[in-house]
Amino acid sequence: MNILVCVKQVPDTTEIKIDPVTNTLIRAGVPSIVNPFDAYALEIAARIKDTMPDTRITLLSMGPPQAEAALKECLAVGGDQAYLVSDRAFGGADTLATSYTLKCAIDKLEELNGAFDLIFCGKQAIDGDTAQVGPEIAEHMDCPQITYGVEAKVEGDEVLVKRETGEGYEILAAKLPCVITVTKPSFNPRFPTIKSKMAANRARITTLAASDLPVDSTRIGLKGSPTKVKKSFTPPQKQGGVTIAEETCEASARKLFELLNTAHVI
Amino acid sequence: MEALSKDLWVLIETGEDGSAKSVGLELLNPGRRLADAQGGALVAVVVGCQTEAAVKEAGAYGADKIIVVDGPEYRHYTTDAYADALYALVNKYGPTTMMIGATNVGRDVGPRLSCRLKTGLTADCTAVDYDEDTGNIAWTRPTFGGNLLATIMCPDHRPQIGTVRPGVFKKGERSQDRQPEIIREEIHITADRIRTRVVEVIRELNAENVNLESAEVIVSGGRGVGGPEGFAPLKELAELLGGVVGASRAAVDSDWIGHVHQVGQTGKTVGPKLYIACGISGAIQHVAGMSGSGTIVAINKDPDAPIFQIADYSVVGDLKLVIPALIKEIKESRK
Repeated sequence: MNILVCVKQVPDTTEIKIDPVTNTLIRAGVPSIVNPFDAYALEIAARIKDTMPDTRITLLSMGPPQAEAALKECLAVGGDQAYLVSDRAFGGADTLATSYTLKCAIDKLEELNGAFDLIFCGKQAIDGDTAQVGPEIAEHMDCPQITYGVEAKVEGDEVLVKRETGEGYEILAAKLPCVITVTKPSFNPRFPTIKSKMAANRARITTLAASDLPVDSTRIGLKGSPTKVKKSFTPPQKQGGVTIAEETCEASARKLFELLNTAHVI
Repeated sequence: MEALSKDLWVLIETGEDGSAKSVGLELLNPGRRLADAQGGALVAVVVGCQTEAAVKEAGAYGADKIIVVDGPEYRHYTTDAYADALYALVNKYGPTTMMIGATNVGRDVGPRLSCRLKTGLTADCTAVDYDEDTGNIAWTRPTFGGNLLATIMCPDHRPQIGTVRPGVFKKGERSQDRQPEIIREEIHITADRIRTRVVEVIRELNAENVNLESAEVIVSGGRGVGGPEGFAPLKELAELLGGVVGASRAAVDSDWIGHVHQVGQTGKTVGPKLYIACGISGAIQHVAGMSGSGTIVAINKDPDAPIFQIADYSVVGDLKLVIPALIKEIKESRK
């Protein structure tokens, strides 16, 4: 199997605090991590490799030069080689421009490494939360997509994916190549070993700039992006919550019921 | 592409029985206001199989026109059939704006469609407004795990498309007297175009009870619930209130309840009218998935639990005593 896993370096959004004076995000000092859903995607790819040793996992990221750190983390837990798409010309890209740029990078990697059988992405990145780049890559490549995957296995020329639906799960099959986006599975990603970590630290990551890729310059970065962010703001804080702490839990429950009933909530 | 009309479309997602999912009918409510503002018709687009009930509901909730695509290939959702059908419709009619529910289906087909149309898509919106100055839709959505809200526009491409979170808008007034224009489009997708095959459908036990995204009441349990058996009173309370059971990541990771119940960053994002958080500390990952709820009740032994900062009603106490007492109060009031 020739597998590609797309990875994004993101700020750990659980560490983000709001400046109480300016009411803006404090980004300084927020650690950068591998997007958790991408780590799950890599784990599912690595599990395919566990059963099919003749598998190569290529990692692809788009971002600033420091995103190399995220790729190295991924090299230590299943990735075989890594590429970083990085250029100021790509800055300000929305999902359409991002997915187009990644598609051009995939074309380039396929020239170098042969066609990919499977392309994995996390279902969404925890900073943007759009869940759009995976399906858009599939559309650019004109191949099938399976979103919200939690397990995947290859049988012959097909991939079988267990995916979450609104009502439970379904198992879908698709011919290769296929794009799969991954949500939280029932297992955790593997840990690196000291040896795999050291090897990953020594690994050379190839950077691809705009000039290395067959891109149409009108379709990348800010000017290739149909959506524009007009403003961003922190959500208003909730005011005037009522605390209920009566003598007994029964009395608290009664008061809660009365308040909810008066407010016509129940 | 250029818009061919000022119409605003709402995709009415249907179930396998052909009935309308709630979110599409909800979106007709803000859709009315936005269609009027942009000077076009409010059009419901119903895709499914044996969709008569859904078409009737779309009319009753105020669509001026209903475009229907009906066929067996749409009974079970597939990306390819839905994307092909919607792409054909958009090309033919050229709406200015399109709203889709931000369900697993909407978020699967939305980016596929917008990418094929080379237009902008704004995901998972929680507010939608018409910007008088520019004539664009201003789509507002949470990012950074709910820490930030961003307002996004798509000025130069049409249609402008957004997926909107279920439960944010309430359904408008239902009326049987409306006479919408119904347009039937015969679009059939051949089997070879549909590149995914359904091998098996696994309904979660009591699957009808875990549709978190469209639930009006959610009773959620966290680590404080104590174990799988601790969810029984939560379930009883949820059923009394016509709601469903949710869970925090801590409870799901402990295998007390299935992941389909999980609310939060690595679970579902929900917006019920009433959210009751039981024994949930309120980690930001959980709050990101439920802060858009109408009324939030938190029950926790720890008076410093962060969940209380976002709760409308903070009950400091043992949920094992509070919940049975609350159930009793509700039952007595209904006698």
